[in-house]
Amino acid sequence: MERISCHYPVAAALLLAVGAPLAGQLPPKPGPDATSLPSTPGTKATITGSPAAIAASKQDPAAVARGGPLFVAKCGGCHGATAKGTNRAPDLVRSLLMLNDEKGLLVGPVIRNGRPDKGMPKVDLTEDQISDIVAWLHVQTYAADHRGTYLFLDALTGDAKKGESYFNGAGGCNKCHSATGDLKGIGAKYDAHDLQGRWLQPRRAAGGRGGRGAAPAASASTVTVTLKSGQVLTGSLERLDDFNVALRDAAGDYHSFERNGDSPKVEVKDPLRAHVELLRKLTDTDIHNVTAYLETLK
Amino acid sequence: MNRHSIIAITLTLLPGMLAGQLLDPKKLLEKPTDTWPTYNGDYSGRRHSSLTQINASNVHALSTAWVNRYGSGPGISIKSTPLMVNGVLYFTAPNHVWAADAHTGRELWHYQYPANTGSTIGNRGVGIYGNWLFFESPDSHLVSLDARTGKERWKVEIADPKLDYTSTVAPMIIGNHVVLGIGGDHIDNPGFVQSRDPETGALQWKWYTTPRKGEPGIETWPDEYASAHGTGQAWIPGSYDPELNLYYVGTGNPNPVMADQSRKGDNLYTCSIVALNPDTGKMVWYYQVSPHDTHDWDASVPLILIDGEYNGKPRKMIAQASRNGYYFLLDRATGEHLVTEPYIDTLNWAKNLNAKGQPVYDPAKTPKPDGVLVSPASNGATNWPAQTFDPATGLLFVGTNRSYSMYYLTDSDDHPEGWAGLDTQAGSDGAALLALNYKTGKPVWKHEWPNGGGPSHMLSTDGRLLFTSNGTNFIAFAPATGKILWHTGLTGPVTAGPITYTLEGKQYLVLASADTLYSFTINEPVK
Repeated sequence: MERISCHYPVAAALLLAVGAPLAGQLPPKPGPDATSLPSTPGTKATITGSPAAIAASKQDPAAVARGGPLFVAKCGGCHGATAKGTNRAPDLVRSLLMLNDEKGLLVGPVIRNGRPDKGMPKVDLTEDQISDIVAWLHVQTYAADHRGTYLFLDALTGDAKKGESYFNGAGGCNKCHSATGDLKGIGAKYDAHDLQGRWLQPRRAAGGRGGRGAAPAASASTVTVTLKSGQVLTGSLERLDDFNVALRDAAGDYHSFERNGDSPKVEVKDPLRAHVELLRKLTDTDIHNVTAYLETLK
Repeated sequence: MNRHSIIAITLTLLPGMLAGQLLDPKKLLEKPTDTWPTYNGDYSGRRHSSLTQINASNVHALSTAWVNRYGSGPGISIKSTPLMVNGVLYFTAPNHVWAADAHTGRELWHYQYPANTGSTIGNRGVGIYGNWLFFESPDSHLVSLDARTGKERWKVEIADPKLDYTSTVAPMIIGNHVVLGIGGDHIDNPGFVQSRDPETGALQWKWYTTPRKGEPGIETWPDEYASAHGTGQAWIPGSYDPELNLYYVGTGNPNPVMADQSRKGDNLYTCSIVALNPDTGKMVWYYQVSPHDTHDWDASVPLILIDGEYNGKPRKMIAQASRNGYYFLLDRATGEHLVTEPYIDTLNWAKNLNAKGQPVYDPAKTPKPDGVLVSPASNGATNWPAQTFDPATGLLFVGTNRSYSMYYLTDSDDHPEGWAGLDTQAGSDGAALLALNYKTGKPVWKHEWPNGGGPSHMLSTDGRLLFTSNGTNFIAFAPATGKILWHTGLTGPVTAGPITYTLEGKQYLVLASADTLYSFTINEPVK
């Protein structure tokens, strides 16, 4: 999946656009439907419409870019700048009309004609403008519904100085790593969120709801197997379960043994074990500080 | 079982029951031996069999009776616990239902649901009532088939497919009720459990997992809108006590999943164990195991009915080793809280337990834009896979993971929608099979997996055996001690709860791994 940057220019532009029409808006009047939204959402709005959501929802990016500001200007006063509704008008992002709509066949006529019975006026828009608004609305719906398209917010909140102290002190990171050695330039390679995930768990698989692909194993576990005969074999660990241990030795030869309880004796050394041990000790502040520090290693 | 309920159940079944029906309804009230007629084998959720032919003394000779694959093409994953009735196995994958001869694995029929855009994350199986099978389609229909032929009888919509529900639940038959939940928390859907008529599919009742205007519990939401969109899906079948006539089901997480700015409060009845009257759909009691969840820790995990002693008195209890990392024991007649005990030692999200034994969440550990480190990960300390309770040892067995995730808030809007956050796994301190004392929730023994592991499907028997799996190994343990007695290698991980039954007096054990069923038995030497 496409890696999403946290600094999405269109989102930023829309955020700026959102500010204007809301600034002078009067408090909303109570709507006719008592179950509608209780407050005025959108005042701290983030536009969830990532490039991934635009692409996956198969909308034309240019139409979406035009549709957003148009929606805010023409519809946002009642439906909210993020289309999530206000006391005046319903949430459109998860409305059945939107969820059932294809290419504006259902939504288009509502925009075109209004809903006089429910107090929605006709809006003065060209057909192309309606089509742009519909494209933007579909991205909002798609984006809320598909967490794989979510954008991470700013993960760079820590204190780099304190992070450096932790790195060289309590964290013990400097026992294996060096800012001028293996980690040189790491801050230029990854954004803060990505880097935070990678240093916490370098061997992480594509896991969790936001897992986005695995980093290659930085260093494999090694294993020492002591047979009953006294023979000792050491190599990189290929497989370990309750019934088998397998390794590849320095010469490249593969060895596999049946396990039966404590026989043969198996000792695994995981060079990344320190990362797991840290999980019990780290505070969230430590994590954000170390990430901030590593981001300075450009 | 009191006589009154037997009569009541039998009477309600009578109108639709004719001679020659496949499943004698009384079978659902018995301990399963020559049948496995419902998701958990019986209503108790224990996944425990009284069969002893395969036992600790001969399990070393357990070997393959047959292996067979079903379906074609990639992606078939049998996450359904097969049912076995009258020598025929019934099992599913999303959009697929099969019947196979339990003696040989030979496919008798295959039903394929039409192409649709519903989620194919899984299907937990069928329910059977007389000759009729019931299953949920990915596009949120309840479909009834004739079990003898695989021919479709009817289908009815059980939720609006456009709202992106994830319909995976194995229907449970209680009297003349087809009781089913539904899944899906991609957008802010209403959650509900419903009951359908087995003959027509008509709706009998619908219980919303979150309260509406004027209903008790609405005060745990900021407003009616938040509650109505609060989700809480019950996406695996629950348990049933015929004497109390109570159906127990675990509800899922609230929506928006990882953002709480628009849903301050406990958010009843999400992440709860609830007791419903299966005739009316009315809630009799509830216990919320994760008030105000922001980590996707559904209480939609196994619910196990335990009849035993507690504090010196016999008691009807219900136990859950929940996804949030805590074990709960309740009185199942009243919902009275008895025990809360953490079963993994990496938990870091609760400040303390309140007077009702509920974990009190730490606001510092709700998802934030820059991430917070929480154990367990969103997949939980355990998850939906089958747990088992062995009455002989009084031990409850559960597969666990001491996982961590960074939880990120991705939508800081006043009115977030959908998931509104993500978690990124930050590693695991390890995974273990735990044998918990049901009275305390404390482990009597544990088996630390050398590699991988986590929530894995369990089955226990009176043959002093506990079956579960790790990776591609299927393993038999001694329930009392945790000693490994037998294992075999499979082509993949076990994907559904193993079952056991007898055919003409001979005991078999059947399990699913992706598109393959394996049948095991004790093969005796030729005389």
